[in-house]
Formats: sequence, structure tokens, C-alpha cells
Amino acid sequence: MDNEDKPKAPQEDESQGIPAPSGATNLIDTDYVIGQDNITSSKFGINFDLHGKVFMFSALIILIFVVLTLALPEQMDPLFSGAKSWLTGNLSWVFLFAANIFVLLTIGLIFTPLGKVRLGGVDAKPDFSYAGWFAMLFAAGMGIGLMFYGVAEPLTHFSTSLEGSSWAPLGGAEGDTAGAISLSMAATIYHWGLHPWATYAVVALALALFSYNKGLPLTMRSIFYPILGERIWGWPGHLIDILAVFATLFGLATSLGLGATQASAGLNYLFGIPNNNVTMVVLILGITLVALGSVVAGVDKGVQRLSQLNMGLAFLLLTFVIAVGPTLAIATGFFDNLLAYFQNLPALSNPFGREDSDFVGGWTAFYWAWWISWSPFVGMFIARVSRGRTVREFLIAVLLVPMLVSVLWMTAFGGTAIEQLNSGFEGAKNAANELQLFEMLGQLPLSSITSFVGIVLVMVFFITSSDSGSLVIDSITSGGKVDAPKPQRIFWALLEGFIAIALLLGGGLGALQAAVLSTGLPFALILLAGCYSIVKGLMSEPRG
Amino acid sequence: MFKHIMVPVDLAHMETLEPTLAVVADMARYYDATITYVGITTGTPNSVARTPHEYEQKLEAFAQQRHSVHGRPVSARVFQSPDPVANMDDLLVTAVDDVAADLVIMATHLPKALDAFIPANGDKVAARASSSVFLVRAPQDK
Repeated sequence: MDNEDKPKAPQEDESQGIPAPSGATNLIDTDYVIGQDNITSSKFGINFDLHGKVFMFSALIILIFVVLTLALPEQMDPLFSGAKSWLTGNLSWVFLFAANIFVLLTIGLIFTPLGKVRLGGVDAKPDFSYAGWFAMLFAAGMGIGLMFYGVAEPLTHFSTSLEGSSWAPLGGAEGDTAGAISLSMAATIYHWGLHPWATYAVVALALALFSYNKGLPLTMRSIFYPILGERIWGWPGHLIDILAVFATLFGLATSLGLGATQASAGLNYLFGIPNNNVTMVVLILGITLVALGSVVAGVDKGVQRLSQLNMGLAFLLLTFVIAVGPTLAIATGFFDNLLAYFQNLPALSNPFGREDSDFVGGWTAFYWAWWISWSPFVGMFIARVSRGRTVREFLIAVLLVPMLVSVLWMTAFGGTAIEQLNSGFEGAKNAANELQLFEMLGQLPLSSITSFVGIVLVMVFFITSSDSGSLVIDSITSGGKVDAPKPQRIFWALLEGFIAIALLLGGGLGALQAAVLSTGLPFALILLAGCYSIVKGLMSEPRG
Repeated sequence: MFKHIMVPVDLAHMETLEPTLAVVADMARYYDATITYVGITTGTPNSVARTPHEYEQKLEAFAQQRHSVHGRPVSARVFQSPDPVANMDDLLVTAVDDVAADLVIMATHLPKALDAFIPANGDKVAARASSSVFLVRAPQDK
């Protein structure tokens, strides 16, 4: 080959500055080149392209935590569980306060001119249809939780409220059935409504803005640019990213392990399949294998299709419960519950001077720590699929629509279960949490079919969490690249499954889940900083 | 025989492209063909460009640089994808029809065990594209 034919990458100075993404935006001026700190190789025919420090330290910390939890369960369990209880007990006000800020900011932005800013530039076109986009953000955000808590939580709050126990929201409504229903639904919707989605929306919006409009890599550290400046490329940034990997990987692995425990109980209840370690390991392996296929197929053909399948199935199940359950009560209940939610919202979200401290610490702060520690994963995934949307459109879809879906879901499932309880059926109330859904469905027609659909939904929701989580971890550990080699995403999906199995067999799922919840505190502070970054970042963007 | 050659280009891995570009230059001269260099980029910033438009600008500059080497008419086309690693082959197969190419010349690696699970993009494009496809092994594989 002639020397003159040697290809050269175009030089930076050949371009006249960096053009805007799609239409006008305000790019951040930095010399950092994405991937400059990465290690690349293709050993044994397997390509990789990783951020050296973030990958190495994440891997090391993950290994240490797994080994310690397995080797010293008696020492580690009280340590992690103690940290969790201390945080949700003594610092519940931090979580409640932070979540209120997230809600006020995100709702406020919908109504300000900043809502006109488009993610990716004024001319950017959305990558996904509304249906695909919404299905993905909902499946990643909370699909699985709705399956387990849709019946369990309203029933529990109803019972404690009626008894006037110390665990009742806002002191309960002793002896007042209508008041207890209203309070229990308001409290449940509070935990699944605006606050969790506002938490996700803050992370997602900050990441999308700093990545698509400001030209920074799609990784947690980018949110901090307005505060730390160029220091985000050093250790402060590495630490934020490592913490995000830790929370995401262990959040997914422990959920997968605990979820397999619950799914196995469901299979045992429905089909008499033995509820033992073999069933659970087979479940985790099955979920991991399908998730593996999905990450290889990618966001469009893997995650999007599975999420749409799930939305379709969930919609069918919801329609069925509304149609054969107490239809009229659900229809009026939807509006009553929405009203009860808004009426009780100021009292429920008040961080200070609460008298229902068991409820605040044991329920609200626990959920808030969970949503917040889950937010790097869900937020980053939502950011990845939200290019081309305006801030207003984004917030309506990430905040208001999921809230309304949650209200309808909780009203249909929880409302039906409470109605059954008031008509004298105590089966769901007395069952273990993971079986309450099936007990409720058991009182409706065609219960073997609907319960089967329920089990399938649980599995596919796990798969959509596992695959989108692997993509997120891969992006963080490769320095914000979303085009790193495929074997890396396979590695993370497999690792999640293996850690789940190791902890399931060796014990320690609950302990590590407590450790994940403890990351809620640093992330609450990171997210508050994110609120500042969002406003500062949006103010400098053109509104088209 | 060939009027329009499409050449998928990965601006992040130029070192693997050398033999391919030499073949493209020879074939284009031999057949008096025009060439479209095709690039696929992410909506998020990547190692080549911080914005999709910057990527376009760099691919265009690259195409012009190649034109000065082989003298054949060139153009550049950029496709954007939220997950290019997974969508590469689909996008390239669509691109063949979009740019109306009758020959694709692209770089590929030596067959390896992992191909059973993750087939090379060249294999998939050759299997599905409506045009002829010429796969050129990357230099480090020799």
C-alpha cells in the first residue's frame, strides 16, 4: 500500500469549533476527551474499553463486599442493617426534605419557560416513539414493585389505620372504615406517586442535559460540572461513579435474589413447584439468560420490546381486575384516592415534628432511601432514551403520567383487596407479602390464568431491570461511552446473576440490600446538587 | 461493474481501516465509482465527537482527505443511533439502500470463537445487504 494512502483521523483544528448537537445548545468548554482515561485491549479475542480507575475500584469494592458478606455474615449483617435503621430512623427528615425539593423543582420546571428547552438541541428528533419510550421508563422505574406492593401496601396501611397502631400513616383513623381506606390509599400513592418519579426525573434530566446539550459523557459525574468544574475528571468524579456502580449492581443483584425468593413462593403457591434453592437458582439463571439476550440485542430490539411486552401484559391484567372487580368502586375510587392523596400530601411529606415516627422511618424514609439509591440506574437509563424530548414533555412523561398510572394501579389492586377484606375475606390480609397479589386474584374469576400472567410479569420486569441496569453499569465503567464493546455488557449481566446466586446460597441478600439503602444518603446530597446543576444548566440553554 | 461503493468507517478505530481504504481506492479507480463513507454515531458524546454534528464534520473532512488521495468523487453520510453497538448491522443494511450503493467494502476481523454468540458486523451485512459485499481483514489479524 502506498504511503499516501495511509488514513489519518481528521485533526481537531480542521473543524471550526464543535458544532451544536442538533440546533443551538450551549456546550461546555472542556478539553477532556471521552475515553482518554480508558484502557483498551482485545485479549483472547474479547474486546474491552474501560475506564481504568472506575472499573478497577468498582470491581474491587464489589468483590470485597461479596466476600465479606459471605465470609462474616454475623458481623456484616448487623453492621449494614444497623446503618440502614440508623439512617431511616434518625435521618428520615433528610430524605423527606430532599424528596420534597425534587418534587417542587420538577413540577415548577413544567410551568416555567425553561420547560421549552429541548434535550439534544432545538432541532433534535426523539429516538423512540411515545409508546416505546414510556414503556421503557416505566419498566425500569418501578414495574416490579407495583406487582408486589400493589395489594400488600394498601392492605397493610388500611389495617394499621383502622387499628390506630403506631405504624399507621398520620396516626390512622381508628374505627373509621372510610377514613382508613382514604388514608391507606393516600399513603400508598404518596410512596409510589410524585416523589419517587421526581427523584428519577432529577437524575435523568441532569444527565440528559449535561450529556446531550452540554457535551459531557453520560455518567453520573457529569452532573457535578457546574459545582466541581474540571475536577470531575479526577478522583471526586471517580468516587461518584464508583458509588453509582455499587448502588446499581448491588441494588439489582439483591433485588434479583430477593425477587427469585418471592417468585419461587408464588410458583409454589400456584403450581406446587418446590420452593427451594434449586428453583430459585434456576429462576435467576433463566432471568439472567434472557437479560443477556436482551443486552446483546440492544436498547431498541431488546429492552424496548420486552418493556412493551410487559406494558401490554400489565395493561391486560389491570383491565381485567377493573372489569371483573368492583368496577364502579374503582372508577369512583380513582378520583377519591387522587383527592385524598393531594389532601394528605402536605401532612405526609412534612419532614419535621412528625408523631407517626414508625410510619415515617419504617415506610416513607425506607422507600425514599430505596428510590434515591435506585435513581442513578433508573435516571441514567431514562436519560439514555430521552434525547429529542423537551424538558416539559420529559417531565410530564416521567412525573405526571407514571403518577396517574400508579394511582389507577393501586386503586384497582389495593382497592379490590380492601373491598374483599371488608366483605369478610381475610386470605390476602393474612398471607405473606409476596402472595397477597395471588390471594386477591384468587377471589376473582379465571384466577389460574391471571396468576400465571402475574408471575410472567414479575419475571419480565426483572429481566427489563437486569438488562437496562447492565447497560447503565457498562456506560459508567467505560467512562460514559454507550458504544463500548458488547462483551462488557455481557460481563455485567452475568455478574449480577452470579452475585445474586452467591448471596442467595451463602446468605447476605438482606444485608447487602441494607448496604445499598445506605447509599441513599450520599446520593440524596448528590441529587440536591443535581437540582442546582439543572437550573444553572437550563438557564444557559436556548429555548426553541 | 460497480458505480457506487459504500464504505462503513469507524473514526474511533482508524488503525484497523488501512487495508480497506487501500482496496476502496483501487476499486473506485478501476471501476470509476463514486464513494460514500458511512459513519454511525451516538446521540451522547463519544470518543470521536461531542455532538452528532461534530461527527458529521469529521467524517466529511475524512472523506475529502480520501478524495485528495484517490481522486474519485466522495460523499459522507452519518447515521445516529441510541445503541450503535447493537444496531450497527441493521443500520448498515438500511444504509446500503439509502445511499443506493452496489458494493460495500468494509473491514472485519478474523473469525473467532465469540462470533458464535456475537457475529461480526461484516458477516451480518454480507448475509442481508442487497449489494455485493467485500470484507477486508484488519491488519493486526494477519
